[in-house]
Amino acid sequence: MKLRSILSATLPGLGLALATLGPAFAQDAAPAPTIDKGDTAWMLVSTLLVILMTIPGLALFYGGLVRTKNMLSVLMQVFSVFSLVAILWVLYGYSLAFTAGSGGLGAFIGGFSKAFLAGVTTDSTADTFTKGVAIPEFTFLAFQLTFAAITPALIVGAFAERITFKAVMLFTTLWLTFVYLPIAHMVWFSEGYLFKLGALDFAGGTVVHINSGVAGLIGALMVGKRIGYGRDLLAPHSLTLTFVGACLLWVGWFGFNAGSNLEATGGAALALLNTILAPAAAGLAWTAAEAFEKGKASLLGIASGAVAGLVAITPAAGLAGPMGSIVLGLVAGVVCYVAVTMVKNALGYDDALDVFGIHGIGGIVGAIGTGIVAAPALGGYGVGDYTIAGQVWTQIVAVVVTLLWTGVGSLVLYKIVDLTVGLRATYEAEREGLDLADHGERAYNY
Amino acid sequence: MPMKIVMAVIKPFKLEEVRDALTSLGVHGLTVTEVKGYGRQKGHTEIYRGAEYAVSFLPKVKIEVAVPTEIVPKVIEEITLAARTGQIGDGKIFVVPLEKAVRIRTGEADADAL
Repeated sequence: MKLRSILSATLPGLGLALATLGPAFAQDAAPAPTIDKGDTAWMLVSTLLVILMTIPGLALFYGGLVRTKNMLSVLMQVFSVFSLVAILWVLYGYSLAFTAGSGGLGAFIGGFSKAFLAGVTTDSTADTFTKGVAIPEFTFLAFQLTFAAITPALIVGAFAERITFKAVMLFTTLWLTFVYLPIAHMVWFSEGYLFKLGALDFAGGTVVHINSGVAGLIGALMVGKRIGYGRDLLAPHSLTLTFVGACLLWVGWFGFNAGSNLEATGGAALALLNTILAPAAAGLAWTAAEAFEKGKASLLGIASGAVAGLVAITPAAGLAGPMGSIVLGLVAGVVCYVAVTMVKNALGYDDALDVFGIHGIGGIVGAIGTGIVAAPALGGYGVGDYTIAGQVWTQIVAVVVTLLWTGVGSLVLYKIVDLTVGLRATYEAEREGLDLADHGERAYNY
Repeated sequence: MPMKIVMAVIKPFKLEEVRDALTSLGVHGLTVTEVKGYGRQKGHTEIYRGAEYAVSFLPKVKIEVAVPTEIVPKVIEEITLAARTGQIGDGKIFVVPLEKAVRIRTGEADADAL
């Protein structure tokens, strides 16, 4: 199938998308594309970096934010989700996300042609953004595996300290299958509905962040607030570990964003640079907002701000100019600060670790902001006849589609989990702590 | 010979000063526990991502010394002087009767055990 070259020649709009959008799909019988060992090495390293983001980056970031009695449950949930998704990805996930589907459904989901990685060998290749340049398909699918794994792991923060382990495992299986895979397919595969619209999502602002953010919000609402929310002291037990986690997330994110370039080129370096600037700006913006409003700048604040900046730059990492990244970071820092500290408290929902406030809202800011900062007139790298208004509109459509798909899908799946294994821990289990109740262990024994 | 346990709940950073003051009095044994508590101080507020928590149980240190009754007034005075900052939350001292004391290594009792 020479879809890539046919479509590039005949559909300029699609050609635009193909040239600038997310990771490529694999070709079966292409005229031997070149495999560069530098590109391959870079992609292998990027894969490792994203794994570090999840284990232990996210695990520690989240773990430090909960009380000691629940620390171990968070570590266990993140680690288990990673392991589970890794298996599911190679069984059917990769195939459903990154192969052609049948008929009209092909715009929304792939097929089973590569289930169990059938036909994929060390000689198989995956396209990059450069015509004729490829990377080994194993590299590409391993890289994408790490994205599929971190996304459901992000969600657990929303209902931390009161969800059961069984619920996490069952929900992850269902959610990966029915929510993540379709959105990944729609945004990153050449036949995907949003891909064909020309939506820009370099490394997963919609696929990973808006997706998990909204799923988290709905989960928080359906599982309910923690016992003692608003009254008891539910403060983080170790901001030191949260700090370690935040740093691992930031450094790992270079694999997430710069690796999404698929080649070791100037484009990857641009994405890397943007991944330094946006979170730096966002962290400082959050700090400034906090100092202005509360009088003191907190470590949790700057760490949260930096993560918000990382989320926001994710869809724009290889498309924005450095100055645009700074602006995007500043905006994300302030908007997420307001979302987390004011909107959440005003509306009264218990998104325990601010999955929606940072990933959901940050993802929306980033996705729509990408339409602006990718503009060549503003130093960006959007191609074709680029108009900010046109691209922003496309971005909004992509955001809305994602919101609806995740919103409705997650709602249904939570309900199914609740009716089968139950979502929430019992009152006694929650009081005692999930570590003992679900895992028979203590995180700390002193 | 009558003995008392003098129990004092003090601010954690005052521990070294209080220990030095007691040593100068000839009191050579001390038991220290890390506790939480409040009096009229009622704690303070901490903010985490906009969530305000009224932290009413503040970390304190409790020291316990077993002493002969006749030096209790001096002990109280020394502890007070060493532990006082003048800010609320300085703590309290309690005196509790002590029936018997035994040194485990030698078996000495009461006055010889202190």
